[in-house]
Amino acid sequence: MVDILFFVFAATAVGGALGVVLLKNPVSSLLFMVGTLASLAGLFVLMEAHFLAAIQVIVYAGAIMVLFLFVIMLLNLGHDYRDDLKRGLGMFTGFAVAGALAGLLVSQLRGVDDTPLAQHFPGPDALDALLAERGIIGAIAHPLFTDYVVAFELVGILLLVALVGAIVIAKRRV
Amino acid sequence: MLAEALVLSAILFVIGTAGVLIRRNAIIMFLCVELQLNAVNLSFVALSQYIGIEGQVFVFFIMTVAAAEAAVGLAIIISIFRHYETVNVDNFNLLKW
Repeated sequence: MVDILFFVFAATAVGGALGVVLLKNPVSSLLFMVGTLASLAGLFVLMEAHFLAAIQVIVYAGAIMVLFLFVIMLLNLGHDYRDDLKRGLGMFTGFAVAGALAGLLVSQLRGVDDTPLAQHFPGPDALDALLAERGIIGAIAHPLFTDYVVAFELVGILLLVALVGAIVIAKRRV
Repeated sequence: MLAEALVLSAILFVIGTAGVLIRRNAIIMFLCVELQLNAVNLSFVALSQYIGIEGQVFVFFIMTVAAAEAAVGLAIIISIFRHYETVNVDNFNLLKW
């Protein structure tokens, strides 16, 4: 069952990603991106990252994609996209670089096996035990507020700076 | 499921890279960068099953930084659009040699 769901979500994720890259209308691209993000959220659930799946749907597919949609509609980009996809040399270069990257990743990923990982690291059973002991939120919240508390506070400052920066950059000169 | 997830992550990353390289619309290029970030998130979550919960903590931070990046990047795109009346990257060649 889990394997079937994995392949269904994987297929929709890849299909959505291809839609993002190949469709000319920006709004269609964006809606396919929402589909990809939702499938990734489903995959996160299958991999026992329930909290991240919720965050993925609420923050990514919800807030960030709506922000993109606002900008596309504000700039009125729903039409006039004739030469959006590069042609000729630009297209060839793009596919050549992507193909080289794909070859590199294939050569690295060939023969990936989880047995050495299971020998050196705790493994899925340890994660199950942790989730059962602390709960879904507690398991991720405990390291976040102990080991990574400095990074957590810095991320708060980063969001504040980004908020102020976005307003300053986007506002009209008065 | 680890190997399949890593292969899926690689496929999504390559599609995102191709999208950044073959599109001219700055917003879609930006969307493809988000796609690459999500591919990496998938790797982190897949490996966190074996290595520990820290992978999920990192994905949490990546999502926060991606949100900040999206806000500032879209503000820059709006600012550029005011000057050039377009988001086609071929028209932004001020820094081109």
